[in-house]
Amino acid sequence: MSALSNIKNRQRKNLFFKATIIVMASICAIPLALVLFYIIKQGLAALSWNFITKLPTPIGVPGGGILNAIVGTLMLISIATIIAVPIGIICGIYISENRNKKFAGLVRLCAEILQGIPSIVIGIITYLWVVKPFGGFSAFSGGIALAIMMLPVVVRTTEETLNLVPNSLKEASLALGVSYSKTLRKVIVPCALSGIASGVTLSIARIAGETAPLLFTAFGNPYLNLDITKPVDSLPMLIYTRAISPYEEWHQQAWGAALVLIILIFSISLLSKLIIKKWKVQF
Amino acid sequence: MTNNKTQVSFKNSYRSDRIFQVTLSTAAYLLLVLLVGILITLVLGSIPTIKSHGFNFAFDKVWNPIMEEFGALPFIIGTLLTSLIALAISFPVSMSISLFLGEYFKKGSISSLFSNILELLAGIPSVIYGFTALFFIVPIIRWIEIKLGIPAIGLGIMTASIVLAVMIIPYAASIAREVLKLTPNDLKEGGYALGATRYELIRYITFPQARSGIMAGTLLAFGRALGETMAVTMVIGNANVIPKNIFDPANTMASIIANEFSEASSDLHMAALIEIGLLLFLITAFFNIIGKLYIKRLAKK
Repeated sequence: MSALSNIKNRQRKNLFFKATIIVMASICAIPLALVLFYIIKQGLAALSWNFITKLPTPIGVPGGGILNAIVGTLMLISIATIIAVPIGIICGIYISENRNKKFAGLVRLCAEILQGIPSIVIGIITYLWVVKPFGGFSAFSGGIALAIMMLPVVVRTTEETLNLVPNSLKEASLALGVSYSKTLRKVIVPCALSGIASGVTLSIARIAGETAPLLFTAFGNPYLNLDITKPVDSLPMLIYTRAISPYEEWHQQAWGAALVLIILIFSISLLSKLIIKKWKVQF
Repeated sequence: MTNNKTQVSFKNSYRSDRIFQVTLSTAAYLLLVLLVGILITLVLGSIPTIKSHGFNFAFDKVWNPIMEEFGALPFIIGTLLTSLIALAISFPVSMSISLFLGEYFKKGSISSLFSNILELLAGIPSVIYGFTALFFIVPIIRWIEIKLGIPAIGLGIMTASIVLAVMIIPYAASIAREVLKLTPNDLKEGGYALGATRYELIRYITFPQARSGIMAGTLLAFGRALGETMAVTMVIGNANVIPKNIFDPANTMASIIANEFSEASSDLHMAALIEIGLLLFLITAFFNIIGKLYIKRLAKK
């Protein structure tokens, strides 16, 4: 009798634990739902064709859009991608190819530490390296800051994907007399291309929402600017400055900009998933 | 003649191999130089305050740029306090999620739903968290402060901690989930064969096995929380004093840099901010390296 009640007790405990886990785990859905609901509700009210194709108007003048910030964000992302992707991929190839060397381990550790550096510190560094010597805030410096943030992510994903490519492919290619560089360029890297491409798109989604490194580099600019030596606005910067302003109108615009930014980031991440799904090479 | 041609092509491929190898190692060295360069730049930039304030910099309570008094203690305390509270809030939730995904629902639509929620949470930019918190969490905290009878500002350590907690949940949960997966299957099977319930299995087998990994994940999440900037800057209230209770406005190391760097009043002021950046870099790197080493050792086992 007591043994039976003991078992019942244990089972009850088991059930209770499971219920607790499910409830606690479900809590994480609340902030997501709140953030998304609020952004969509408030953002849709602000969103219109004019909002994404017009420049901002002075406070008090109705209308006005965020074209400068959209263009700025695209510019910053492009600069960062052009700088970080080639270096990152080559570096990832190095680490994966020299897996057993101590130096490769050191470089991997460097990438891990770089990834952990707070974004605001990257902002300081870029200010000291680029903004100060060149005498002013610029889109170029903002792109550099984002590139430094992006670089370790590209390195890590490249390395991880290349590690999955079986050695037999490489051995077969080398045995056929293909040179080492050609083996890598024509056999190994194409095999891992979908993984690398998806990693790159994911890293773009990461940096698209970064604000802290842009505070003292790209700075912000109420006008449309395509010159990389001049400051540009960006969506996160615009959200930040308008969110902490006291004006109700500006808050509205910040919600609209937040919606645009979220849509941009989520579609880039979705693209990264599609790449993996569509072109995944199975071994 | 043909022999000659093959030789030329061999030479060519040899040369392109060399170029290729050099390119690879150049990029690798570049990464190393980048990290060392960052460290050196931060140290060089903070020399003026290291000279004038020495070790007291980290222990002085007063931060007054106009009088050129720079003590980083309020910000160090603010950073540690917000991160610790955030960790305490997020730990039960992130642990539950990792058990949920790592033990109870390993596959299927519920599992992929939760993975997607985590991914979306991780994808939302910091500035949007801060913005939403201004309109959601600040009024709630203000209401609590009125009930408690303390000045109802709404901005402060508590608000920042809650936002931080939400932001580190996906990070901590995904690491803990990976760690739980490392529990050897034969141990689990042995436990079940002895008639253990799932709860008992988790309590007596999975958890003791995964303890150091969970510890490592917590350290990594802590490191992430320390350096978080924008969301914290927007809701912490920006006060350059040591907070007296957990609802007081304060500043973290990251938020003081975000607030004052672009309008630094003097060279010494800027150097002081760079030194705070250096400290922040060293602290986060420390937690990162310890956490990563822990996990690496665990994975080897």
